[in-house]
Amino acid sequence: MNKVIAILSGALTIVLFAFVIIVMMPTMQAKNNKPDPNIKPYNASETRGRAMYVSLGCLHCHTQQVRDSIWSTDEARGWGRPSVSTDYQYDTPHQLGTMRTGPDLMNIGVRQPSDTWHLMHLYQPRSVVPESIMPAYPFLFKEVEKAEKGDAVITMPPKFSIGKTIVANQQAIDLTNYMKSLKRNHPIPK
Amino acid sequence: MDFTIAFFIALCFVLSITALFAFIWSLGNKGKSILHGDGNIIFGEHELGKSEEPAIDGPLPLARGSDTNVETVNYHRGSEDEINERVAIDTSSRLPVVMFLTSALFWLILGSFAGVIVSLKFHFPDLLVSNIELTFGRIRPVHLNAVVYGWSAMAGVGVVLWLLPRLLKTELVGGRYAASSCILWNIALLIGAYQIVTGHTQGMEFLEVPWHTDILIIFAGAMVAVPLFLTLAQRKTEHLYVSGWYFSAALIWFPVIFFIGNVPGIFTGAEQAIVNWWFGHNILGLWVTPIAVGCAYYFIPKVLGVSVYSYRLSLIGFWALALFYSQVGIHHLLGGPVPMWLQTMSIVQSVMMLIPITAFLINMYSILKGRWSVVKYSPTLRFMLIGAAMYAGASVQGTFEAIRSVNYLVHFTHYTVAHAHLGLYAFFTMIMFGAMYFVLPRVTQSEWPYPKLISWHFWLSLLGISLYFVALTIAGIKQGFALADPSIPFIESMKVTIPYLELRSIAGIMMTVSHIIFALHFLALIMKKRTAAHEQSASLNLKEA
Repeated sequence: MNKVIAILSGALTIVLFAFVIIVMMPTMQAKNNKPDPNIKPYNASETRGRAMYVSLGCLHCHTQQVRDSIWSTDEARGWGRPSVSTDYQYDTPHQLGTMRTGPDLMNIGVRQPSDTWHLMHLYQPRSVVPESIMPAYPFLFKEVEKAEKGDAVITMPPKFSIGKTIVANQQAIDLTNYMKSLKRNHPIPK
Repeated sequence: MDFTIAFFIALCFVLSITALFAFIWSLGNKGKSILHGDGNIIFGEHELGKSEEPAIDGPLPLARGSDTNVETVNYHRGSEDEINERVAIDTSSRLPVVMFLTSALFWLILGSFAGVIVSLKFHFPDLLVSNIELTFGRIRPVHLNAVVYGWSAMAGVGVVLWLLPRLLKTELVGGRYAASSCILWNIALLIGAYQIVTGHTQGMEFLEVPWHTDILIIFAGAMVAVPLFLTLAQRKTEHLYVSGWYFSAALIWFPVIFFIGNVPGIFTGAEQAIVNWWFGHNILGLWVTPIAVGCAYYFIPKVLGVSVYSYRLSLIGFWALALFYSQVGIHHLLGGPVPMWLQTMSIVQSVMMLIPITAFLINMYSILKGRWSVVKYSPTLRFMLIGAAMYAGASVQGTFEAIRSVNYLVHFTHYTVAHAHLGLYAFFTMIMFGAMYFVLPRVTQSEWPYPKLISWHFWLSLLGISLYFVALTIAGIKQGFALADPSIPFIESMKVTIPYLELRSIAGIMMTVSHIIFALHFLALIMKKRTAAHEQSASLNLKEA
């Protein structure tokens, strides 16, 4: 029996040791960082949009981290400067991602500021990027006979037109606002 | 602060070097433990040198064209007491084992269907897009959670529930608690899957199921861990065989990392990503891997009737695995917004993983040398061998993926997905299949009714995972080269992968079909009226005597 207890306590020590080094130390180190005033908290619509981004599992194809030039060609692609810890000060849950079936979105708000583009792209990605394999999100829109005043109407090219008027739901508008808010193009804080 | 970090890194370095010397020392001292060491503990009296393979009948031919056969363990021979004791131990865990393995297969098949749907969506992007519940980003985590917490965790627990009593030569204590745990576990996973498709996810890979539901999983885990620890406490053997080391450590590790990974509200932003990947990789390193390695250390020697080559080496392998594997997780964030020293350390520890793998390989190769042809006849060994070889394959590949020049090319590509499946499928799942072919005849005391189906299962799953791995590896490399050249537009890096993603769908369908075949065979076995094999052969023995 003693041997079993030795194994169990040894195993426990090792995993806690790893936890202290790998998780606690960097967390304590990050506590020393001053908050970056250039990163603003998300507003109500952006917050809802971010929750939608999380729930739709966008991170399975899109990263939100620009890697340094020694690791990648991200900077040469114009995806922005390398990301740092403070860029994520309001990002919980984190959406760093591990896969780039689609492009990095760390600075998508800089590259693509157009509401219309984002809404069309969400309704049917292939209407603006013909070769895209991103899923369509028609459930974020409603199809009506006639738009009411104040509705965000999108006009699709004839190939994707269904003869009805397509109006963006609040969810699609929130998601678009979140996309447009993704801008980390200020210099890395000292 | 810097001093503390430096101190811990230095400590870690010293521990690593000590482990390395211990490894070299054990290689030099192997003479003592060959054949006569503690590795013999898994063989009963007269069992050493005899094969045990419940998945087939009769002796195992040692070499092709050779007249020398490996005698098989006659399970139902011996004194009445011996037979009764053996059968009592092997069937003491019947209810929970059958429940856990049935549930595991259910989640494997559900996970396979989810996987195939996700794979098809890559090249049919407008497939099933009208419902939010069926969107790619929600079915993808259902696939992951079903195969990780449904299939791999429950299959692992099921096999351990059977194997631990056998290793300890005692009956399972508290089987009813384990059976209740299985019910609770299934309920928790069903709730979790429902929450994911309805959008209530925690939004991090491997941690999607909300923490409220995780409490149920922790309860279920505790309910199955308690009987196992009680069984450990009343063991009748003097020594705990190395498989027992791996299992008991995994049983301690899983709740610790699961708790730390899921506690809400402590970590935010980039630091949350660190916890996320420390946890994610530990699920593989400290749960899946020790369970499967423990199984390999039991079943491969048992089927061959040969004791493990160097017992000391296997123990060094155990501690090296624990030490290095628990610190590699951050290689998922190389180049990301985390401290440089942390990235460097994860690379170093990834390279150090070569030590436990070499230890494992030396041991396995040495007992298989000259006995390869047994693979042809033993279904258990066939699956186990693929699994053991792919443990080495996946781990060595993982080591190289952490090195900067390779990572530069393959990070964020399908290459990583191929690697993940090499680990969880070609290594872990194959070992579990092999173990199940051994365990189920013993636990139900009846034989596999259609041996041909075992071959179908084997070849379909093997060809499936091979096609899967080759296709996605090529896809990942092509994608990586396209990404590494900024003059190539981004979309090209996606387009080059499409033909390979189509092949991957075919591979996924092949694997799914093999799982359905296995599940049907499994059902046929447990539904079969028990052949009362035990009484039959007991009476045979009496006649012979």
